Amino acid sequence: MNGGPLFTIDDHPVLFQDGQTIMEAARAAGVYIPHLCFNPEFAPHGSCRVCLVKVNGRTQASCTTPAMAGQVVQSETEELRDIRRGILEMMFVEGNHVCPACEKSGACQLQAVAYYVGMLASPFTYFYPRRALDASHPDVVIDFNRCILCELCVRASRDIDGKNVFAVQNRGIQAHLVINTPSGKLGATTFSITDKAAQVCPTGAMMIKNQGYGSPIGSRLYDQESVKIVGDVAQVPESEGGRRHE
Amino acid sequence: MLVEPGTLGQTVEEIVQRHGSLPTRLLQILREVQDSLTWLSPEAMDVVAKALGLSPDKVCRVAEFYSFLYTTPRGSYDILFSDNITDRMLGSRQLLRYLCDKLGVGIGQPRADGRVTVGVTSCTGMCDQGPAALVNGYALTALDKPRLDRIASLVNQLAPLSEWPPEYFEVTTNIRRADILLGRHFADGAALRAVLKRGPEAMLEELVKSGLRGQGGAGFKLALKWISCRDAPGAVKYVVCNADEGEPGTFKDRVLMQEYADLVFEGMTLCGRVIGARQGFVYLRGEYRYLLEPLTVTLQRRREIGLLGKNILGEPGFDFDIDIHLGAGAYVCGEESALIESLEGKHGVPRIRPPFPTTHGYLNQPTVVNNVETFAVTAKIAAEGGAWFASRGTLESKGTKLLSVSGDCERPGIYEYPFGVTVRRVLEDCGARDAQGIQMAGPAGHTISPKQYDRRICFDDLSTGGSFMVFAKHRDILDGMRNFAHFFVHESCGFCTPCRVGTSLLCDLVDKVHTGHGARADLDEMRRLGRIMKAGSHCGLGQTAPNSVLDSLDQFPEAWMRRLRSTSYEPAFDLDASLGEARRLSGRDDPGAHLPDEYSDMVRLAGLLAEREAPLSDDERNLLGVMP
Repeated sequence: MNGGPLFTIDDHPVLFQDGQTIMEAARAAGVYIPHLCFNPEFAPHGSCRVCLVKVNGRTQASCTTPAMAGQVVQSETEELRDIRRGILEMMFVEGNHVCPACEKSGACQLQAVAYYVGMLASPFTYFYPRRALDASHPDVVIDFNRCILCELCVRASRDIDGKNVFAVQNRGIQAHLVINTPSGKLGATTFSITDKAAQVCPTGAMMIKNQGYGSPIGSRLYDQESVKIVGDVAQVPESEGGRRHE
Repeated sequence: MLVEPGTLGQTVEEIVQRHGSLPTRLLQILREVQDSLTWLSPEAMDVVAKALGLSPDKVCRVAEFYSFLYTTPRGSYDILFSDNITDRMLGSRQLLRYLCDKLGVGIGQPRADGRVTVGVTSCTGMCDQGPAALVNGYALTALDKPRLDRIASLVNQLAPLSEWPPEYFEVTTNIRRADILLGRHFADGAALRAVLKRGPEAMLEELVKSGLRGQGGAGFKLALKWISCRDAPGAVKYVVCNADEGEPGTFKDRVLMQEYADLVFEGMTLCGRVIGARQGFVYLRGEYRYLLEPLTVTLQRRREIGLLGKNILGEPGFDFDIDIHLGAGAYVCGEESALIESLEGKHGVPRIRPPFPTTHGYLNQPTVVNNVETFAVTAKIAAEGGAWFASRGTLESKGTKLLSVSGDCERPGIYEYPFGVTVRRVLEDCGARDAQGIQMAGPAGHTISPKQYDRRICFDDLSTGGSFMVFAKHRDILDGMRNFAHFFVHESCGFCTPCRVGTSLLCDLVDKVHTGHGARADLDEMRRLGRIMKAGSHCGLGQTAPNSVLDSLDQFPEAWMRRLRSTSYEPAFDLDASLGEARRLSGRDDPGAHLPDEYSDMVRLAGLLAEREAPLSDDERNLLGVMP
């Protein structure tokens, strides 16, 4: 190979351009690294930590670590799989992710990544939060119990839609998604389902009204192929079971 | 809203204007607004947002992030007991309940008349003179029942703090052992005269020669940091002193800021000269609010004698000044990039690194962030030379280190030792005769058992920011571990999954074992959680939060084992207790409304069977009702 600097992921050489992160270079080279808060249309965030890799022996988030020539990156090792699985298990116990009863089941990136890293159930104690749903908007329901704080809707609404509809408030385990209105209700905002913010949620926290169960379980987005092949829910058109508007 | 909007608006706007209507002053503004109004009402935050041209959610984000800012009403007197394990060893929990009873108030809830709130807060850095507390942000020390009796009546009489006995606010320095930093006289201006006489390049050489490493605990080579910042492109550079000493059990920076502030300011000014910065900031933890006025006076005196401000020591173009920013109760802000976020008036979530502050720091400009002790040492080195400093310490850890010693010992306080001192020597000097263990470098550091007392305190063995908490034989080590686990739950910023969720899960497990409901499987789960948090967390807080639990599992396994209820598996829930709600609803509490004990045993057995392949014993068959 020639034509630029190289690093390796699991012994495969990956070409990169200066300024790219390990995640960006891997994507361009067709190497899948599981992720949730990363979306190529936004600046890296680094909060979900699912995309952890080992860079020259040190564990780092691939979405925020600059690619450098000669780096030795490990991704699909049993050790990293266990850590990623642990992080997914944490997400599942922090919220109420009731896959069998969730309309997003099968077309949910959180669920798909959990399957990818081999998580079937969480050994940790469930928190069972009791956060009220927000169904005040005519077209969208927000279930705050399914939010993993990736802040993609926050970023999309603020940086692309220019509406600043969502925010995260408080700290630690109290940190939670809020709607930026005095009432805290989505219905009181200018949010619309055509917003970018309506197209990025990787979980079932944001659901479109009046179109539930359009396709049967078994034939949904991630039912046939793994997330590694299908890609992010935000990149797949709605007509194919994703969230992206055509 | 009872306050007239006009009055509230006027109060808030005056404060905002006094801070030049700068968004970077947001945290300082919110602190002062709260000082006037006792809490930050939505109306008050709205006025602040409008006056600064910020969106209301930004202001709310900051107000909700910091422990000392309140978005719900608080009492006119806000009393917060320091909740570090060293305060607890001195009886703080009993005193907390005593004061609550005296005042007729519940923990964390304002009294009905709105006069007082009593709560707890993370370590206030008075471990050598506890039990300690804060009242409206000001440190109270050496609390006991007579003092609390008096405090209760002062509160009930609405006496202003200026009328409280001044000795209640007395903070002593307790310097027990002095070496080259604390012991030798320093003439103000000596370091600055040296840099003017010999030039910044020669000063850097002295710093290289000294081998000085960051004294906050991470140990980065100081000269490299300064050179990297000096050489970074950027028209404006900054010097930041990290005085956010939040590691429970440490208080040496408080002593330096109280007794040796000139040395610290001189080190910062020296740094400004070397890297080419004109502005410095001290980020002073909110718990040290009482130091703000004295430090402001010291800064003014230095300006008046030509050691700060324009043309320092008469040298044209040698301009440097220092501002003090107060924190507001957030341990994570001790992390340098979170500290910079906080300095910029934002909530303190650590940044993505790289880039590092030396190239992209305050307002994205090249910035040196060093600890209080480090700056103090640089001033000494500038005045006395690098070789002089390097003659102390070990090969990799030159010079001396300040230790904050507290807990079960006769002489708690500050001890300055050359690097390389053994744990045993420190224990002898402080009069800790029957120590069963030490928590070094705070809850994020090392848990040390007696077989390790010959280890050395230095970067290549036991690295530390300075906290040294002694646990005597009669203590339960797990009390400490539980206190630390709760501390990290409270202090996690919540940005990344492993720390946000992991600290809570780990804490629940520690609680479960501590209260006698744990099993072997819980200890294994703690280890796995610890691995995930260490490897996966975004910043040092989450990466080090499981250290004390993991260390103590290795060093004090018997302390954990003797608390276990069974050796393999215990359910996380209590089957009978979970029927409590049904009992409440039905108004029943008779024996028939409770599960017999065997049900709990069955649940336990089911968990056990899930993990092992051996056939059922006869007892197990009986319990499960299986026919032989």
